[in-house]
Amino acid sequence: MPGSKIFRRITVIALSLICLEVTAAPDLQRQKELNYLLKHDCGSCHGMRLEGGLGPALKPVQLQFYSVEQVAFTILHGRPGTPMPPWQPFLSEQDANWLAARLKAGVRP
Amino acid sequence: MTHAGECLVRGTGDLGVVIERGAGSLVVVDTTKHTSLFQVKGLGDLSHASAVYSRDARYAYIFGRDGGLSKIDLLCGILVKRVVQGGNSIGGAISQNGRLIAVSNYEPGGVKVFSADDLELVADIPATRISKGKGSKTVGLVDAPGQRFVFSLFDSGEIWVADLSNPRSPAIQRFRNIGRQPYDALISPDGRYYIAGLFGEDGLVLLDLWHPKQGARRILDHYGKGEQKLPVYKMPHLEGWAFAGERAFLPAVGHHEVLVVNSRDWREAGRIQVHGQPIFVMARPDGRQIWVNFAFPNNDTIQVINTETLKIIKTFKPGKGALHMEFTPRGEEVWISVRDQDRVKIYDTHSLELIDSLPADKPSGIFFTARAHKTGL
Ligand code: HEC
Repeated sequence: MPGSKIFRRITVIALSLICLEVTAAPDLQRQKELNYLLKHDCGSCHGMRLEGGLGPALKPVQLQFYSVEQVAFTILHGRPGTPMPPWQPFLSEQDANWLAARLKAGVRP
Repeated sequence: MTHAGECLVRGTGDLGVVIERGAGSLVVVDTTKHTSLFQVKGLGDLSHASAVYSRDARYAYIFGRDGGLSKIDLLCGILVKRVVQGGNSIGGAISQNGRLIAVSNYEPGGVKVFSADDLELVADIPATRISKGKGSKTVGLVDAPGQRFVFSLFDSGEIWVADLSNPRSPAIQRFRNIGRQPYDALISPDGRYYIAGLFGEDGLVLLDLWHPKQGARRILDHYGKGEQKLPVYKMPHLEGWAFAGERAFLPAVGHHEVLVVNSRDWREAGRIQVHGQPIFVMARPDGRQIWVNFAFPNNDTIQVINTETLKIIKTFKPGKGALHMEFTPRGEEVWISVRDQDRVKIYDTHSLELIDSLPADKPSGIFFTARAHKTGL
């Protein structure tokens, strides 16, 4: 029945909203700022399309063997001895987790 | 703006291009009238794009991040030809005689050389392998007298000099173990000295192209000794060289300093504490001032340094994302792109005041045609 399909959609949307609530995503304004940062500031080393530059490509294939937490850890603490800097002064753990999840899911900023 | 395809009858000596980073386009600008003439679209990923000019200063060659090499006709406002030559490119150069365009690549590493005329591939110079199927990232590519191109290899710590007198079979001279992670380089305005900055250790590397047999040597190799290196949120650029009289001005890496070096003996001649990690350190064409912009999170600020006193004479904030600066050919104005305001701001370099501005979509690099006649630009 088409009606139940719509109902299922709504449930899915509602559930995903709840999930977002649980992992406490940054608010919409902050998400916008983070996307901008990802595109322009991470992009200066990783490419504006995240296809790589001085730093490697940050596409789901490249990140598949890392957990979200591991990716977030790299973002917050950087990789000493390489040009990857620590973003902890500018990003909260919540910001980093949100970015990490977006990267693993495959964003195109 | 004029419609693309309606060709202008005029000289190009006061024209230039402004890269529109977000939209993959550029605008052709008139530096006398402070106007935009054309917008040219379809240039791909232009994060970190740069440009060189044909020696008749009619055509701009744009090197895009996605490996695209585009040839633009400034008078007609059109994309003449575009090739995607590599996976991921970082910059390029035009040969002394204007016939060859070289492009350096992060991936797969190495340099490809094209005919400036039709962008057909002429030579392919793969980089040193660093792992299976991966070449060393190639950076700091410049042209040098004698139909040579000089570049550095980030991962393998080398400088290569490629002589393309015979374009189909380049003769390559390799300098190994020059230092850890050369990230960019410049050539002195006379084409004699090639200087590469190191990320992996303090100091820079100097190669005298008049006497390459003497090998590459280290200069300013303890500028950061004993000091904690600060994180670098954007890699400095060396290609906007700053030679003023006998002195060269260079960005430090991981220190909020501009390094001053005497170009006679290449010894340190001072350090200037600045507002953040310097990105571009550029001399006004008469060498009297140095203009500096900065990495995130200080990329809203510009500082101007007097080259006689080594003092900062002005600090100001054009706005967030002040990414690039370009002087008019004789230096009475400087154009600064301000990404987050979608504007290019024009300053008088004598009064240091804002005098005009132009709209542009997320502007980054600005390149004027005066570069056509300068080695290394
Ligand atoms: C100054 C240059 C630079 C900037 C800016 C930068 N990175 Fe990096 N990043 C690197 C380099 C170089 C590496 C590779 C480090 C290594 O060799 O292990 C890296 C590695 C990474 C990795 C690990 C990738 C892998 O496959 O192991 C992630 C994730 C990452 N960066 C995310 C980010 C994010 C998110 C930002 C922006 C908030 C950012 N980076 C900004 C240079 C940079």
